[in-house]
Amino acid sequence: MSVRHGLLALLSQGPSYGYQLKVEFERRTGDSWPVNVGQVYNTLDRLERDGLIERGETDGDGHVFYAITDAGAAEARSWLEGPVVRGAAARDELAVKLALAVTLPDVDPEAIIHAQRVATIRSLQELTRSKAAGGDPDSPEEFAWQLVVDALIFQAEAEVRWLEHSEARIRRLRARTGSEGAARGATASAPRTAPAELPATTTASAR
Amino acid sequence: MSRERIGASELLRLDAVAMHYGAGENSVTALAGVDLSVKRGELVAIMGASGSGKSTLLTIAGGLVTPTSGEVVVDGQYLRDAKPAQLAAIRRRTLGFVFQDFNLVPALTAVENVSLPLELDGWKRSKARRAALDALHLVELDDRADHFPDDLSGGQQQRVAIARAVVGGRALILADEPTGALDSQTGELVLRMLRSRIDEGAGGILVTHDARHAAWADRIVFLRDGRVVDESRRDDPSALLAAGA
Repeated sequence: MSVRHGLLALLSQGPSYGYQLKVEFERRTGDSWPVNVGQVYNTLDRLERDGLIERGETDGDGHVFYAITDAGAAEARSWLEGPVVRGAAARDELAVKLALAVTLPDVDPEAIIHAQRVATIRSLQELTRSKAAGGDPDSPEEFAWQLVVDALIFQAEAEVRWLEHSEARIRRLRARTGSEGAARGATASAPRTAPAELPATTTASAR
Repeated sequence: MSRERIGASELLRLDAVAMHYGAGENSVTALAGVDLSVKRGELVAIMGASGSGKSTLLTIAGGLVTPTSGEVVVDGQYLRDAKPAQLAAIRRRTLGFVFQDFNLVPALTAVENVSLPLELDGWKRSKARRAALDALHLVELDDRADHFPDDLSGGQQQRVAIARAVVGGRALILADEPTGALDSQTGELVLRMLRSRIDEGAGGILVTHDARHAAWADRIVFLRDGRVVDESRRDDPSALLAAGA
């Protein structure tokens, strides 16, 4: 997602000027994504350059109004109706850190899991607290904000589940191989195989 | 073991509680020395994989099982010293249980289910009913008081169970996967209700495998192989919900 698409979606509802767009964007996303007005003006310049919006009238207060073009409306629709494609999960820093940790002889991957779990749970507690303390969930702003908070809550929950899953796999592997070193040695010789995916024959011989 | 006087606000304390089943080579350790304290206004979540000792901890805290070693103190009373009748009285007057499958008596209405523990404790029926109606009001089920469990949704049944757990001023709620049988939104509503009771001065233990639900607690304790391995606590232990939320 970019602010660009957000602004286009707002402009598809009618002409607007920079500061108004900033305020509307933040209000409609429950203030979960603050944008500075300079970023809005830069984005508007690029949208104009790309023919997706056009500069209209200036009102008495000097506000420059922008209107969406047909190409811009098509772009906004395409963004709203299309799925969001995320970056590859393999580039997730935590996953990469843990993947590296299990191959390093002097690093305890379980310690990484513990530290991360406490941190993630703590942020989950904070998110839950801010959601619980929120105002009337039926007001449009509060509803929008809670949708965003829910997304963060579910992401944090998924991370905790993944950490537990990874911890169980690491422990199971250690139990099978009988030593941490065996797991790491095997991993190093077979770099394309995740540690817990080692064939049973490999691990059984290390017992 | 020293027997210090515990603080008035402390509802539950586990001191070095260990639980072993069986003997000799076949002995299985369910808990390997757990310390835990729950104060008024505090909800402590227990997380951990199956077999980590979560449920054992809850049954020990509830006086349903006596640990192999260590002390359990509920509202100032050492359970090991309590005679069976005293133990039963502590369970009736101080502890409230909430289970995954609600455990309501199907032949009794909601208000009868809630007043049952009070009547078993010798309360007059009319007084018990008034207290039960008050408890149902707290979980916003005034208009369902005379419905049978079969006529209530899962979320409503669990709210009746919460009312039953707190009725008559019982202060320590022990909840074992209370949202396990509920959909996501209903589970959240039930947790809000549980949390409100805690914020009003009860204390509680919430056993759950769901981090999203554990996050309603002030403190989250992770068990593994019967030991506490991690602990997370909120920085600000003040009431989570506005009063009456």
